[in-house]
Amino acid sequence: MSAESHSLYFQNGEGFLSASINMGLPEGQTLQLDTMTVELFLDLHSQPCRAVYLFAKKANIPFEYKKVDLASGEQYGEEFGQISMVRKVPVLKDGDFILTESIAILMYLAEKFSTPDHWYPAEPQKRARVNEYLSWQHKAIRESGSKIFWFRAMVPLLTGAPVDQERMDSAVEDLTSSLTIFEEKFLQKRSFILGQDISLADLVAIVELMQPVGTGLDVFEGRPLLGEWRDRVKKELGESLFDEAHHVIMNAHTLPQELEDKGMLEFLKPRLKKLFN
Amino acid sequence: MALELYLDLFSQPARSVYIFAKINNIKFDFKKITLFAGEQYGEEYGKINMMRKVPAMRDGEFHLAESIAIMMYLSEKFQTPDHWYPTDIQKRARVNEYLSWQHTAVRMHGTRVFWLRLMIPKMLGEEVPKDKMAAALEDLDGSLQLIEEKFLQDRPFIAGDDISLADLVAIVEIMQPVGSGLVVFEKRPKLSGWRNRVRAAIGPELFDEAHQIILSAQEMVKSMDGSTLQPFKPKILRLFL
Repeated sequence: MSAESHSLYFQNGEGFLSASINMGLPEGQTLQLDTMTVELFLDLHSQPCRAVYLFAKKANIPFEYKKVDLASGEQYGEEFGQISMVRKVPVLKDGDFILTESIAILMYLAEKFSTPDHWYPAEPQKRARVNEYLSWQHKAIRESGSKIFWFRAMVPLLTGAPVDQERMDSAVEDLTSSLTIFEEKFLQKRSFILGQDISLADLVAIVELMQPVGTGLDVFEGRPLLGEWRDRVKKELGESLFDEAHHVIMNAHTLPQELEDKGMLEFLKPRLKKLFN
Repeated sequence: MALELYLDLFSQPARSVYIFAKINNIKFDFKKITLFAGEQYGEEYGKINMMRKVPAMRDGEFHLAESIAIMMYLSEKFQTPDHWYPTDIQKRARVNEYLSWQHTAVRMHGTRVFWLRLMIPKMLGEEVPKDKMAAALEDLDGSLQLIEEKFLQDRPFIAGDDISLADLVAIVEIMQPVGSGLVVFEKRPKLSGWRNRVRAAIGPELFDEAHQIILSAQEMVKSMDGSTLQPFKPKILRLFL
C-alpha cells in the first residue's frame, strides 16, 4: 500500500477522535476511538448499581452496560476478579482507570461529564449537605434496608426457615429509626433533600428504600411525606426510567427460584451467611 | 462566632476532624462532648446534632454532621493544600473510593473489636463468646488485608505520593482496636510502614496528642464508672455481639 496522505481530526465536545491512518484500510475508512464512553459493571438487584444506572441514564452519560449476574456468582469468577478484587458491583472502568464504590463513581461521573450543578452543587454548604447524607446513609438506611431484604427474600431460602422474629424486629426497628431521621433531619418540609432540586442524595436514598419494598415491605406506608418525596423523585427521574431500573428488584420473589435453577445455592450459602450473620 | 467543633477524642471520626483542623491551622472552638457521660443525649447537644453523635460542626448558622462531610467542607472553605482532597479527578476518586468503602469495612470491624475486647467485658461486665471474638478479628483482618492489597499496594499513601483524607480516616480507625490492646501493626510490615509515614506527615506530636485518650483506654476503663453505660447495655450487646 502506498503512503496515502493522512487526515486527523477531533470532534470536540463529543470526544470522538477520528483518524484516517495508513493501516491498510480502504480509502475513506476511519478508525473511531471513543474517549468519552465509560464501562459500568452493574446488576440492578443491587441498590448502588441502580443509583449509578439512573444517574448515567438521566444525565445522558455515554456508557457501556456490562452486566454482572450476581445470581450466577459472576462476581466470584476469574474475569470479574481482574476488574475488581473486592468482587462487588458497581464498578466503573474508564480506559485503564477502574473505580469501585457507587458514591465515588457518582461523584466521578458528575465531574467528568459536567452534569447539571444541582446533582452535586459546587456551593460548599449545599455540597456539604449532600456529602453529609451520602456519608450517614451507609450505616443507616443502607444497612437496615439491605438486612430486611436479605432476611425476607434470602434467609428462608438458605436456612429453610424464616429469620427469627427478634432479628427481624430489630432490623425493622433500625430501619424505622433511620426513616425518622431521614424525615426529620434530611428531608423536613423540603421537596428534595437540598430543597427545590433533586441531587445525588435523593438518588442514593430512593434506591436503598426500594430494596425492602421489593420484598413486599412498603416502607412508605404510614409516611405520607416520604411517599410524596418518592413520587417527586420518580417524576424527576422519569417514571419509565425509574420503573425500568427497579424492575428486577420488584420481582425479587423470583430470586430464590433463579438461584436454585442456576445451581448457585450451595455455592452462595456460606458467602451470604457471612454477609448477614 | 468562631468555628465550633464538637468532639470527643475517644471517637475515631472526631480524631480525624481534630487532626485535620489542627494540621491546617484552622481556628476552632473545641467543644468537648464526653460520650461516656452521655453528654450527647442532653437537650443542648440535640440542638447541635439531632443524630447525637460526634463529631459535629457549627459554622455560624450552618450545622454539619459526619466527619467526612465536615473535612470536605473545611478543605474547601479554608483552601487546604491540594493533596488532602485532590482536584485531579482520578486522585480524588481514589480518596472518595476509600472514604466510601471504609464505613462498613475497617470502621465497622475495628469498632466492633474495640467493644468486644475492652468495653463489653470491662465496662459492662459481660463475657464475650469466643466465636464472636474470632469472627470480629477475622473481619478486621480481612479489611486490613484489603487496605494493603487494594488501597495501598506499593504506593506510599492511598492516593499516591502524598497523604490525603483517606489516610487520615484510615489511621484513626485502625488505632481504635489498637487502643483495646490488639496487636495490629507489628504483624503487618506494609501497614506499619504506612502508619509511620502517616504519623510523620501529620507530625508525631499532633498524632500522639490526638491518640492519647484512645491509647490509654485500657487504663481508663479500670477507673471509669460503668453505670453510665448500663442503660445502653441491651442496645450495645445487640449492636456488637
